[in-house]
Amino acid sequence: MDLDGHSVGVFHVEGEYYALLNWCPHQGARLCEGRLWSGLESDVPGDYATRTDRAVIACIYHGWEFDLRTGRSVCEPERLRVRAYEVTVEPDHTSDQDGVTLGRPSRTNATARTFPVTVEHGNIVVDLRRTPVSGTVPNGPRNLSEGEIHHTHIPSEGSLQPGGTR
Amino acid sequence: MTSLSNTLRTETPLAAGNVTELIDGDVHNVIPDTHALFPYLSDHWREHITNTLFKGVPETSYPRWAPTTERPGSELPNWRQAGSDLSVVTRDVLDADGLSYAVLCCTYAIDSLHNPDAAIAMARAVNDWQISEWLDKDERLRATIVVPTQLPAEAAREIDRVGDHPGFVQVGMPVRSAVPYGSRLHAPLWEAISRKRLVGAIHFGGAPGTPPTPSGWPSYYLEEHVGMAQVFQTQVVSLVTEGIFDLHPDLRVVLLEAGVTWMGPFLWRFDKEWRNLRRLVPWVKRAPSAYVRDHIRLTIQPVDAPPSDIQLRQAIEQIGSDEMLVYSSDYPHRHASEPSRLLSVVTEAHAARIRSANARALWKLT
Repeated sequence: MDLDGHSVGVFHVEGEYYALLNWCPHQGARLCEGRLWSGLESDVPGDYATRTDRAVIACIYHGWEFDLRTGRSVCEPERLRVRAYEVTVEPDHTSDQDGVTLGRPSRTNATARTFPVTVEHGNIVVDLRRTPVSGTVPNGPRNLSEGEIHHTHIPSEGSLQPGGTR
Repeated sequence: MTSLSNTLRTETPLAAGNVTELIDGDVHNVIPDTHALFPYLSDHWREHITNTLFKGVPETSYPRWAPTTERPGSELPNWRQAGSDLSVVTRDVLDADGLSYAVLCCTYAIDSLHNPDAAIAMARAVNDWQISEWLDKDERLRATIVVPTQLPAEAAREIDRVGDHPGFVQVGMPVRSAVPYGSRLHAPLWEAISRKRLVGAIHFGGAPGTPPTPSGWPSYYLEEHVGMAQVFQTQVVSLVTEGIFDLHPDLRVVLLEAGVTWMGPFLWRFDKEWRNLRRLVPWVKRAPSAYVRDHIRLTIQPVDAPPSDIQLRQAIEQIGSDEMLVYSSDYPHRHASEPSRLLSVVTEAHAARIRSANARALWKLT
């Protein structure tokens, strides 16, 4: 989805929401087009421990993995990261839907916007028509034409199978 | 022969003063002929050798009269092989270079023997010959256990048999193998090396029956000789990728006669591909270059050096560690490079490490 001019990917994996800037810090590829994988850990050859609570997005260009929680590169966590946003699910008081709030975790005076979401045909639909229901909006709400609905390219429940998400 | 220590004293200020200790990490002790092993073979094998005219293992890795095999001054009278006479090695290497230690590497090609029982018997004989004829005769010597690498379980048995002898500091493995050494087929070999707290010594050459290049059989020895650096790279990739250092965190592996200056660019490539493909081998938790710098060591002869000293210094810096290089003469083999040049382009502290400190740490020499 577009957040104040920045393309942001929102991920819904095993009941948790994550959001990363849709821009690989390596060569600028759109991260959301990569594959979603479980975190994969191992101590000895032949051991493969999958961690769905540490899911990663693998960049479509070179397969570099980024932790959905932190945005940090799996291979070089200290050197390389993509901006991660805090995602919270809050009740939307203007309707009976829930809303997804995106914020920047590293700032104390976090900016956040909440968007109503529904699940339609396996896609999360984020409705940008209404004024955000909570949070501070630094540059004012985006002026959207009536009836515009953005379907984000994410499944309602992240699938960890190959090809499960884009 | 020109004494190396004299060369060093004239060319490098390092050799002056008190940082002169020199340890030679690669000196070849050569079996003069198969009959030298008779005292260490059973009746059966003595009779077998006598009656079948078995001449011992082939010399394909080091052809007798190749200019790289025997350096001027190392030749022995009566057609005896260079490196087979302790008194000459003592005079020309141990004494001439003022060594505190020399690590012998016998490259007797046990891996070329297809008869498993012959391979086991010959390896045992070679090791007993090394104890009696070399290690027992000069306390400055350390040696390499020769094993049938093509039979990893039997290799492990031989390591267990002689591995506690204080003179043996490492296990020799020819860099050319039928299957890379990181493969699980070789697990017993690494377990035995680790169990006995020895070093894995991967050295130039080998005769496993497979081609010496990944592209098949070359025509000329020059092709095999130059291409050997790539075979070393294959083994390093295998050891890191297959998790040998995750299984054996204290293990060190030394590459003998591998060359040196390819290492930096090789690590760049290895790290880069690991970022793309690491999910295949999640036990490789750090960049491959970090594993290599912790676990792999290189002897410095031959030095595949670029023409200018500045370039050589840069190539050494690209390796990214001052703990990896170990001085060696590679006696009696001959190369067109002088280790003293490498020592002259690095810092004094780094040169001191190369001359002795890195060897002491690697082989636990005290």
